[in-house]
Amino acid sequence: MRRARARLALAAAALAAGVVLAQERAIPPGELKSGSVFLGSDLRALQNDDFANPGMLWVERGERLWSELAGKKTLACASCHKDTSMRGVAASYPKIDKASGKLVNLEDRINLCRTGRMDAEPLRYESEELLALTAYVARQSLGLPIATRIDGAARAHFEAGRAAYHLRRGQMNLSCAHCHDAQWGKRLLSETISQGHPNAYPAYRMEWQTIGSLQRRIRACLSGIRAEMLPYGSPEYLDLELYLAWRAQGLPIETPGVRR
Amino acid sequence: MAARIQIPRQAKRGEVIEVRILIQHPMETGYRHDDVGHLIKRNVITVLSCRYNGVEVFRADLSSGISANPYVQFYTVAQASGDLEFTWIDDEGERGSERQSIVVKG
Amino acid sequence: MKRRDFLAGLAGSFALPRAALAQVDPLDPIVRAVTGGAPVRKGKVTLVLPQLADNGNSVPIRITVDSPMTEADHVRSIHLYSERNPVPNMANFYLGPRAGKAEINSRVRLAGSQRVTAVAKLSDGSFWYDAAPIVVTLSACLDES
Repeated sequence: MRRARARLALAAAALAAGVVLAQERAIPPGELKSGSVFLGSDLRALQNDDFANPGMLWVERGERLWSELAGKKTLACASCHKDTSMRGVAASYPKIDKASGKLVNLEDRINLCRTGRMDAEPLRYESEELLALTAYVARQSLGLPIATRIDGAARAHFEAGRAAYHLRRGQMNLSCAHCHDAQWGKRLLSETISQGHPNAYPAYRMEWQTIGSLQRRIRACLSGIRAEMLPYGSPEYLDLELYLAWRAQGLPIETPGVRR
Repeated sequence: MAARIQIPRQAKRGEVIEVRILIQHPMETGYRHDDVGHLIKRNVITVLSCRYNGVEVFRADLSSGISANPYVQFYTVAQASGDLEFTWIDDEGERGSERQSIVVKG
Repeated sequence: MKRRDFLAGLAGSFALPRAALAQVDPLDPIVRAVTGGAPVRKGKVTLVLPQLADNGNSVPIRITVDSPMTEADHVRSIHLYSERNPVPNMANFYLGPRAGKAEINSRVRLAGSQRVTAVAKLSDGSFWYDAAPIVVTLSACLDES
């Protein structure tokens, strides 16, 4: 316990100095494994099947929504983002929104564009439209490594996210780290515990029989350990998303992933 | 109801082609409950058919035993250039359709 | 998932349900609705399922029938049956000589470990079947997200 505390203090000091030590990573970069590695061959094949991957239904819908006019200014996403590809964009989220100084994820960014530039209503979290647009944008970063920044204003969010990740919660008194750092690769009933990476989201889960956001997946974990689920868009989820992205730094984006 | 169809863009006359369709539909079983405990009414696609230049070449009766966002793959002989048109209907009477054209040579 | 389903699933994962061990009679009343009591022989049909399904909500299935698919000799229909689903007749597929090849691929829901049966009706009026066992596992964690 004392040693753990000392290690935390050391880590905090290193962070304050602007250095993230390699040994702070519970899973070294060379051992990072996407959730698809822990799937059966059928679901892995389904994810890689550009046609039959059911998540592609939402990607296609997102593509249509991209050029659909909305809001008082009757603009579409495509009105501003004319010939510019969104390739690489998803790999950098969550990130600090320059205008507000707040940490935002890809969903928030899409809604900031709607409210700020298009004068349109924000899309409800986990709505079909927001999932479709998010999946469409993220799909364009297929194969690109996650490359989120945790310096500057993002640092405090990273710290909060790391604390959230290691916080014991719920009736089972487990933190994220207990499963996804310490026990990954081992069996939990019929399943193999994954490393808990965000690189396939929004993903199509067989459990949901639909596509869902990373926050929905986090909520599923919280429900699994019988912990309180916070509402969608809670700052704690965003901080956690940033920490998860940092943990998965370098893993290629697979959106829309297929998961159990 | 959106759908995706995959067939070859062109084929030789007489060639057996692979036809794939993926339809966005919950295939609600009628056995699930919502957050407040109410039974969610069954709503599945009951009939899916495929016409090739107006002639039915495939039909399926589906049920709650088919996965959400149903996927069906079958084969047909490329006979002439034209359209493959899919139509389907669910328990609520909502109809969907989607078509894809093919060029047949030889 | 509801707690009782989870617990039931847990029990199910340790012991195959009795139904899965019993011999399926392809002439049960539900199949009879299609065959009208005609004999159903094993053969010609090949049903391919994974031995183990990650999730019963979406299991890949392939049915092929050994048939020349000519005007004179072809498959008219393929009927798919589950012994544990609340709706035993999962799907019927109608094809004909224009199919060129008697093969269907789809994804099905399976309510637990069981045997799945496919019955094909040929143009000469004969019926043929194949059946395949499958173990369906349940997710380890509760999910009420």
